Amino acid sequence: MEFLERFAIPHPSPAIYASMVAIALVSIGIVAGLTYFKKWGYLWREWLTTVDHKKIGIMYLVSALLMLFRGGADAIMMRAQLSAPDMKLLDAQHYNEIFTTHGVVMIIFMAMPFIFAFMNLIVPLQIGARDVAFPRLNALSFWLFFAGAMLFNISFVIGGSPDAGWTSYFPLAGNDFSESVGTNYYMLAIQISGIGSLMTGINMCTTILKMRAPGMTLMKMPMFTWSAFIANVIIVFAFPVLTVALLMGTTDRLFATNFFTTSNGGMDMLWANFFWIWGHPEVYILILPAFGLYSEIIATFSKRNLYGYTSMVASMVLISLLSFLVWTHHFFTMGQGALTNSIFSITTMAIAVPTGVKIFNWLFTMWKGKIRFTTPMLYSVAFIPLFTIGGVTGVMLAMSAADYQYHNTMFLVAHFHNTIIPGVVFAMLAGLTYYWPKFFGFMLNEKIGKVTFWLLTVGFVLAFFPMYITGLDGQARRMYTYSEATGFGALNMLSFVGAALMAIGFVTIVYNVYYSFKNSSRDIGSDPWDARSLEWATHTPVPEYNFARTPQISSSETFWDSKKNGHVLFKGEIEEIHMPNNSGVPFVMGIIFFIAGFSFIFGLWVPAVIALIGIFVCMAMRSFEKDHGRHISVKEIKETEEKLGGAK
Amino acid sequence: MMALVFILSGCEPLLVFDSKGPQAARQANDILLSIGIMAVIVIVVMVILAYILFKYRASKLPDDYEPPHIEGNKWVELVCVGIPILIVAYLSFVSVKSNYIVESTPEGYENQEPLVVYASSSDWKWHFSYPEEDIETVNYLYIPTDRPIEFKLYAYGPISSFWIPQLGGQKYAMSDMVTTLHLAADEAGEYMGRNANFSGKGFAEHSFNVTAMSQADFDDWVEEVHETAEPLTEDQFEKLLEPGHLGQMTFTGTHLEFSPAPEHAHDSMSEEEMEDMEDMENMEHMDHSGH
Repeated sequence: MEFLERFAIPHPSPAIYASMVAIALVSIGIVAGLTYFKKWGYLWREWLTTVDHKKIGIMYLVSALLMLFRGGADAIMMRAQLSAPDMKLLDAQHYNEIFTTHGVVMIIFMAMPFIFAFMNLIVPLQIGARDVAFPRLNALSFWLFFAGAMLFNISFVIGGSPDAGWTSYFPLAGNDFSESVGTNYYMLAIQISGIGSLMTGINMCTTILKMRAPGMTLMKMPMFTWSAFIANVIIVFAFPVLTVALLMGTTDRLFATNFFTTSNGGMDMLWANFFWIWGHPEVYILILPAFGLYSEIIATFSKRNLYGYTSMVASMVLISLLSFLVWTHHFFTMGQGALTNSIFSITTMAIAVPTGVKIFNWLFTMWKGKIRFTTPMLYSVAFIPLFTIGGVTGVMLAMSAADYQYHNTMFLVAHFHNTIIPGVVFAMLAGLTYYWPKFFGFMLNEKIGKVTFWLLTVGFVLAFFPMYITGLDGQARRMYTYSEATGFGALNMLSFVGAALMAIGFVTIVYNVYYSFKNSSRDIGSDPWDARSLEWATHTPVPEYNFARTPQISSSETFWDSKKNGHVLFKGEIEEIHMPNNSGVPFVMGIIFFIAGFSFIFGLWVPAVIALIGIFVCMAMRSFEKDHGRHISVKEIKETEEKLGGAK
Repeated sequence: MMALVFILSGCEPLLVFDSKGPQAARQANDILLSIGIMAVIVIVVMVILAYILFKYRASKLPDDYEPPHIEGNKWVELVCVGIPILIVAYLSFVSVKSNYIVESTPEGYENQEPLVVYASSSDWKWHFSYPEEDIETVNYLYIPTDRPIEFKLYAYGPISSFWIPQLGGQKYAMSDMVTTLHLAADEAGEYMGRNANFSGKGFAEHSFNVTAMSQADFDDWVEEVHETAEPLTEDQFEKLLEPGHLGQMTFTGTHLEFSPAPEHAHDSMSEEEMEDMEDMENMEHMDHSGH
């Protein structure tokens, strides 16, 4: 009994008990359903063991959408709690847990898999490759992400959620002030998925550098591939910092190493520095692929080539360099003095210049174009002014003396949601709508899509613009309640209304998928949007080998060239294609990592050690395994091509 | 621009713009200046966007219109880089200047002796120690107007952020070093002060009241405290540090005497470590004397 007590929730509520029941019922339902419909084999062969970048991309996409709803549920609870003064919906502890998990889920388990979904789905197609450079590593990346996400999500039913904020500043996150296992979940779950992200970074960099189709020089890569490349370079440099910081935090909590404690020579400021040396590049890891998606979408629906390709690339390179030189702006108020703050103030503002170049390039891409207002384009068009507002408020925050007044207030909360939602989330939804037909073989309904767009945009403005005002009126962030005398009530109610509209908007996405699945035409061809880059040059749905013959590249818009200027994309005969074999090892490793993480969280040392040994056994097995992949015969390729509408 | 701010806030100025001291005034000016410049940028982008969307939407163009292929234009791009650089350079200049202003004794107060107040946070209280006046208060702060105040900030526990919006921006109070915040109040009045940095369960109520009064009134208050308040003992202070909320309290003496601020923590060896060393030496001596 004493052993089991540690798994109990320290601060339970009816909502948590209800969630436990719901989770149990859903799990039983899934197992029963798979058994009844005899889908276990299908699940194992087609998904759990797959190394196909497209399937892995789809799994990332589904996970990201699920996590969007988890993080969104947290968000709507927060806004409801703050909708009126002295609300009693949540108490301080629950509110703290909810804003912590909201931040972690949205950044690590929603936005990250969303961008990885698009990198996986699009990059190999855009560069004319058969898969990523290390397909099995790619599967491992996904399963580590998934293990981390699941580990993090069970925290609120087993042992208690983290409650020290998504930044988890020490000493608050140390054992002295966070006694429950919540912060252990934070450390281990992010660690496991972070290792996966680092692997993806290495994998994607290698893929983009080594596997481009003949003729595709670096400066002929489509813009999304460029953005994915830069983002992955940032991942490779930034994520090791997070890995080390989390490891130090874990040993602080489990083995009393005192890296970040306030006694015995520890230094709490060190955590904040490490966190943001990763954390600031992280926001560019998220936003650059979003920029890439907007570049593709705006060019397609303006029927024009991307304006200023070279300056687009240069600005991304510059942003990636500057992203490592600004971390201190997250704590101008730490007392570094005027000189340090001045330096970081200037480097931070400098980022506005390359970002501004990109905004103007998108505007000039539409100039003299022929603009079609499809759903993806609506998101892109709304992105430009909204993101500009988010960007300029960033410049305001960069003025360090003034930041003493903005810091830790709702103004800051408004700013970063103003960049992340129109920047990243809108891009993901635009990308989802844009690329949906390529991977699922039918279009999402445009009418419902536009309703979603308007709900989200109006909801966003109502939810977040009032926060700029309450922030300047002295409302600190992360306060679970406020008194009537503060006068924050009306604007917070407006925020809640906006959040509710956004929630409805997200539900309409699910409805749209359902509705379109039932009603949309399956006869859409391979290029339903009249697009420009290489990913649209293959069939819909994409065959597992992507292209029957390796494409010949003429420019960054090689598909457009083939449609309009008579460029010959595919030359020569169909040849045998070498593909990687499926493997269950990544999935198994994901499970072992999950067990290891869970055991460390609760200090169960025997299973922890066994699981760690298991991880090394898996790695050793892989090292000695001889797997040369398989070959798809010419006959089989021809049959597939025939079935999908003739060899192109 | 100010008008916009007034309208948005229901005709009552927002706290940050309702400044009552030189530092807050400087910050409010910077904020308004940047809002102004940034508003122009946003409006320019929106106007260009609206124009392009209106002029080049497909429904208004002939069916056979084929958009041209345009690589880019050196001069256009130079303008798109040049103007932002000029704006950023100007704002950087303002920002650097303001940094040095808010990080030193408030302008116009340079000739006066500052009042030093040690403000330390614990879960979830503020302790204000006036070493010169030999007074300590909990959760409320009395300060004289028209005199620079030098706050020495540190924490017993999580990182907190000391913030009185109407007097000036915030700064962290941390447990392993002391930070300094320079403020001054131009006007007598009551102001809201709080911890702005999340510090756990009691964070929302981690606030304090600030009363600014004339130097004469302040001196009267000091005298009154010395006549009426009890002295602060070490035991009592230990109890005050326990997590929870307390009302306002007043003591004579300060905790600095028995629980000093971590003032030299990372520059050199901390006092605690020095004491440890001394203890070890003493123990060695004791061992030796035992032989």
